[in-house]
Amino acid sequence: MTTPARDEGLDEVVREFLAETREILVRLEEGLVTLERSPNNPELLAGIFRGFHTIKGNSSFLGYTRVEETAHAAEALLAAFRDGRRRPAPEAVSALLQAVDAVTRLVAPIGSGGAEAAVEVAPLVRRLSEFSGAVSAPEAAAARAPAAAEPAARPAADATVRVDVGLLDRLMNLVGELVLARNQLLQHLPASGDSAGSRAAHRVNLITSRLQEGILKTRMQPVGNLLHRFSRVVRDLAVTCGKRARLETSGEDTELDRAILEAISEPLTHLLRNAVDHGIETPEARARAGKPEEGLIRIHAYHESGQVVLEVADDGAGVDVSKVRDRAVRLGHVTAQAAEQMPEPELLALIFARGLSTSEQVTHVSGRGVGMDVVKSNIERVGGAIELVNAPGRGLVVRIRIPLTLAILPALIISAGGEKFALPQGCLLELIRPGETGTQRGIERIHDAPVYRLRGKLLPLIYLSRFLGTGSDTPVSPTVVVLQGADQAFGLVVDAVHDTEEIVVKSLSRRLRELDLYAGAAILGDGKIALILDVAGLARRAKLKLDAAAVELNSASAARPATGPACRRLLLLGSGDGGRLAVDLAGVARLEHFRPDKIESVAGREMVQYRGEIIPLLRISEALPERRKQPRSAAAPDGADGVPVVIYRQADRHVGLVVDSVLDIVEEALHSERPATRTGVLTCAVVRDRVTEILDMDHLFRQAVAAGGAR
Amino acid sequence: MSGTVRQLCMVLISGRWYGLPVERVQEVLRHSGLTAVPLAPPLVAGLLNLRGQVVEAIDPRVPLGLETPASERPPVNVILRTSGGPVSLLADDVGDVVEVPEESAEPPPSTLGENIRRLISTTCTLQDRLLPVLDVDRVIEGSSERSSGS
Repeated sequence: MTTPARDEGLDEVVREFLAETREILVRLEEGLVTLERSPNNPELLAGIFRGFHTIKGNSSFLGYTRVEETAHAAEALLAAFRDGRRRPAPEAVSALLQAVDAVTRLVAPIGSGGAEAAVEVAPLVRRLSEFSGAVSAPEAAAARAPAAAEPAARPAADATVRVDVGLLDRLMNLVGELVLARNQLLQHLPASGDSAGSRAAHRVNLITSRLQEGILKTRMQPVGNLLHRFSRVVRDLAVTCGKRARLETSGEDTELDRAILEAISEPLTHLLRNAVDHGIETPEARARAGKPEEGLIRIHAYHESGQVVLEVADDGAGVDVSKVRDRAVRLGHVTAQAAEQMPEPELLALIFARGLSTSEQVTHVSGRGVGMDVVKSNIERVGGAIELVNAPGRGLVVRIRIPLTLAILPALIISAGGEKFALPQGCLLELIRPGETGTQRGIERIHDAPVYRLRGKLLPLIYLSRFLGTGSDTPVSPTVVVLQGADQAFGLVVDAVHDTEEIVVKSLSRRLRELDLYAGAAILGDGKIALILDVAGLARRAKLKLDAAAVELNSASAARPATGPACRRLLLLGSGDGGRLAVDLAGVARLEHFRPDKIESVAGREMVQYRGEIIPLLRISEALPERRKQPRSAAAPDGADGVPVVIYRQADRHVGLVVDSVLDIVEEALHSERPATRTGVLTCAVVRDRVTEILDMDHLFRQAVAAGGAR
Repeated sequence: MSGTVRQLCMVLISGRWYGLPVERVQEVLRHSGLTAVPLAPPLVAGLLNLRGQVVEAIDPRVPLGLETPASERPPVNVILRTSGGPVSLLADDVGDVVEVPEESAEPPPSTLGENIRRLISTTCTLQDRLLPVLDVDRVIEGSSERSSGS
């Protein structure tokens, strides 16, 4: 038996062989599992054939005879499939998968400079030959030919190359040094007055940043690389456990740093083991429960508010929380009384306690379902979190969140208060730019909270620079970025919107993470740092109490969501003397603020131009004669924004009701209604613990129109 | 006596000199812009791009209870090695690396407030001057309560 030569020239070839073989083996695994499900796929067959064929040729050239024999037998079986002489039955596919395993074991020692492993492959080879009815080994030896004469089994357009990771790291360090030097250049040159040098320095600046970004990206890999291997895992597990299960994956393109991928590989495998072993029921049990006999496990990967989320969902039996509780009590993790009181989510979390299992039997595969505590600690070690969503009888979802330590994110760069920030593209719903339907006019106030009316819905707003304390000026032409927060959409008012960039996310220290404002930091193309805003955290921290996002002010829609007969939707207003007034929300078109100088007086009537229309204005003091507190030229309480006017609509006519202040929108049952005591008021009731007069808008409307004004 | 020496990097903070164990100092950067982190605790002066790494910059004046001097020249970033990666300590200036004999090291004077004392690992005598040596990890961690004054 020949041993591979060890001189310098051959080492390179051996390394190349190892790398290529490992890649092929991964593809073969995936391909074989797929083949079992869809046996009549000629392209797939051809691909698998080529894989074994390449391994055979390369190993022959290097003298790894056991690998060669195994690959040859496998190739022959594939040929039999391809020619239709044999069907890819499960046992045959199992044998081929065993061949993949065998080759993996055989080449393992080669990496550290040894020969192929001393594993006996004859029985496997025989088995494969039996399946294929192929020629025996000695005849196969005659068919050996040098690898060079056989065409390389590579797909035609191979747009990738393999690069040593150490080399990438060295490149990364060099680029880092370049960045530092670049920074120094930028500091000195502009001041020195050397304009040509400055220009050159700026070019160097841009190029360096792009180079840095590019090198960092080389460490990213799509999570699909990891997920694809799991098809085999699930298949084998199912066979061992006597169950039927398949794996579906989505989001394979979600990219992660290599290091994180490595760290989550084992936890994910544990979860799959648990899903097949403990989650998915036997085919008979599933049939009895009306489920398809084959269980489905789904892995879904995606980016969300600055994190990578991996969901492993199975449609098995879910977790029996009472069993978890009992076992936890038995193991002493919690007392019986405490366990009785525990809410379900906490009981469910007990699964992560050490030693806990919901399986009565020790199985060969998962042991006692051991590993959930290990899974949790492994995930948390890379800064992630794990949660469970349980549906007893229907299945379990395990959700893993990993912070984007080095993940890549498409992000929108915005600026507020002179600083740049990044918003993850995934949270972005839409952009409302100045100039489109007059953004400034669209910003209204409800109870002192700014809102924007977007297609009939009220969107709570946060002025970013004000919120962060980086500036208090309302931007002249604000842009509203509509974002999806945890439960609701909200608008972020920013100074300007810049490009979308693919940014490399860097994690922040724990004390900065605890602020719940920033999901990380990114280095932009120009080398500057932009903080990545944590959208969900922003919404939470601003404590957006306004539920007006769900309120539709469009009075035209008569259909209302079912509310109790006594519940009414009211717009609460303050009157100058501290009293409370309210109007029915139905019929209120908008809330506006008009500058006092816009209010014109014609023939004793006040009017204002509104959207191309001249509408009459009615002051409370006129509408309700007893209330006489507003001098006509009074400045509004929140003077800067103008006089608050409730625009009321009936049919296509508008009337404006000038009020002192708008307090809130409420949906309330009215208490202690008593009939009105004067015209203009419908009724008097207690709303939010205050006596409130509900205005009779019909009457007021007629009054305003009759006075002559509406067009 | 053994005659071992410690090597300390001198840093000037708010007009006072302190010593840093030289093995904890990775490098010193001048002229590096800091990106502010709005709403961060005052201890965190900002973030710094160090060859592609985002590094937190700490203002030691906060835990040390020192005032900001009137003239704000751009600070110097003293990049320190920590178990969690590099962290920058802002200083007014960096001086020489000095050697002090081991036996001149004393515990920090008890006249210092408790909050400050825990930030100083030892005090060394250097040419008739007392040089407090900062406990790097504690300074970076910052004190949880503001010191009531030194």
